[in-house]
Amino acid sequence: MSAPAYYLPAGMPRPVPEPDGLDAPFWEGTRAGELRVQRCRACRGWQWGPEWICHRCLAFDLEWTAVEPRGKIYSWERAWHPVHPALRGHAPYVVVLVELPHAGNVRMVGNLLGDPEQAVQIDAPVEAVFEAHDDATLPFTLVHWRTRR
Amino acid sequence: MPNVIPEQERQELASRTIRGRVAIVGVGETVYYKHGQAPEPEVKLALQAILAACADAGLDPRAIDGFASYSNDRNDPSRLAAALGIPELRFSNMQWGGGGGGGSAAVGNAAAAIAAGYADCVVVFRALAQGQFQRFGAAPPAATASGEAALTFPYGLISPAQRFAMRVMRFMHDHGIGPDAQRAIALASYHHAQNNPRAVMHGRPLTPEAYDQSRWIVEPFRLFDCCMENDGAAALILVSAERARDMRQRPAYLLGVAQGSEYRNAARGHNAPTYASSSFTTVAPHLYAMAGVTPKDVSVVQSYENFTGGVLMSLVEHDFFTAEEANEFLTLDNLSAPNGRLPLNTSGGNLAECYMHGLELQIEAVRQLRGQSTNPVPGARVAMVISGPMVTPVSSMLVGTEDVL
Repeated sequence: MSAPAYYLPAGMPRPVPEPDGLDAPFWEGTRAGELRVQRCRACRGWQWGPEWICHRCLAFDLEWTAVEPRGKIYSWERAWHPVHPALRGHAPYVVVLVELPHAGNVRMVGNLLGDPEQAVQIDAPVEAVFEAHDDATLPFTLVHWRTRR
Repeated sequence: MPNVIPEQERQELASRTIRGRVAIVGVGETVYYKHGQAPEPEVKLALQAILAACADAGLDPRAIDGFASYSNDRNDPSRLAAALGIPELRFSNMQWGGGGGGGSAAVGNAAAAIAAGYADCVVVFRALAQGQFQRFGAAPPAATASGEAALTFPYGLISPAQRFAMRVMRFMHDHGIGPDAQRAIALASYHHAQNNPRAVMHGRPLTPEAYDQSRWIVEPFRLFDCCMENDGAAALILVSAERARDMRQRPAYLLGVAQGSEYRNAARGHNAPTYASSSFTTVAPHLYAMAGVTPKDVSVVQSYENFTGGVLMSLVEHDFFTAEEANEFLTLDNLSAPNGRLPLNTSGGNLAECYMHGLELQIEAVRQLRGQSTNPVPGARVAMVISGPMVTPVSSMLVGTEDVL
């Protein structure tokens, strides 16, 4: 059986939930194919990245809400210099910052799938692609993006 | 756009400011080395720089009673005080977070200690031998990432250049800024380094063609948009204004220092509301309010180049020109000493003198006011230093000659 094809090569740092459990629901969500964001039960405000308290109303009462995994490109970069040994010989690749207008304009970092030398447009609509790493010792799932047509 | 400081705060500042109360009276550095080439251990470099600053000030090193630094400098003041035989340690201060953004804040913290009476003679120092420890520009070899890093490292967004490229990309998009603006900033640093024998890039001029042909590190940054990695140490000696007047060198008086960042700047996963920013939009107005000067009064600017795009945003946020004017303003002529409209990074800065984590910029600001720069700006009376754009907290400072007080 051949190794699954991932956007970036094997050997990149893999995400692990924080020891205090703050972001565990996010990473559990990605395993289930869901994009979960914090939402305050008290003021209904969205919050990302994760924190223990709502920055708007200061309630310690945040829930995790699955949001529609779509958004638009807020910014992007194309990386050429390999800063990690696993990236040698793999340049370039594209990182995007995606804004979710239906979830309080929170932003998500991911890779933009497709030709790494493609022209990237700020404000272009994108949708999430869940990249499951089931073969990892502790399986995890990354959230990438692709341009919506 | 920069915030406006309320009139009430302006009036309060008069009684709470460090303006004119503290001066930098000594500056010094080690030889600046390429990354990995320092022949001495980092702590020895720190001691050498401190002694050099004392010699410049004409001061017995035993007069030092306080230490201030930033970015978790590895050289603990208690060890330095013991090594130097300091009779009494009264102030030991570390600026939290922000990497190079802490450079001007460390000077401000030292000045505050002197103004408040915690100490009489404080040395601000930074020693950094990246060749002996983890490099800033290379990923740590960890197999896992957690917290903020979990949201970015698995996607290949790891190094400082990668962390900041998207901020600059968005800023350039929003304001229609082209690549020549960043290029002019790189050319200015290299241009000034050619007159500065201390500069690591002395004798290595940069042409516009070489810049244009240089490889991408991460778009929109080419190789020459990125700071060097170096080994060395730098130090500045601060005392009260009264004491400064009797010392060997012409004092550089602190006019103002400000530190901080905008609302939720550190929201994880690149969620800062004011994203396309160098983090100075709230800081710069406090700096000007404390110093009681305007951008037009500033003779020369040293602006920390982690990446040229950070300098671009820093200069806009310190109100030297608007983002819409950036393409026109940012030319090598405008940024060159002695006669440019805004002489910038006149020692060569982080790009071409030395990446001394920015503290070489404070030293150059002092030398400009003394007339000792290798690229002097004639009649320089007010000099600005901007530390570590795009991090949090950032900081910036203004120093001036006695006649500005």
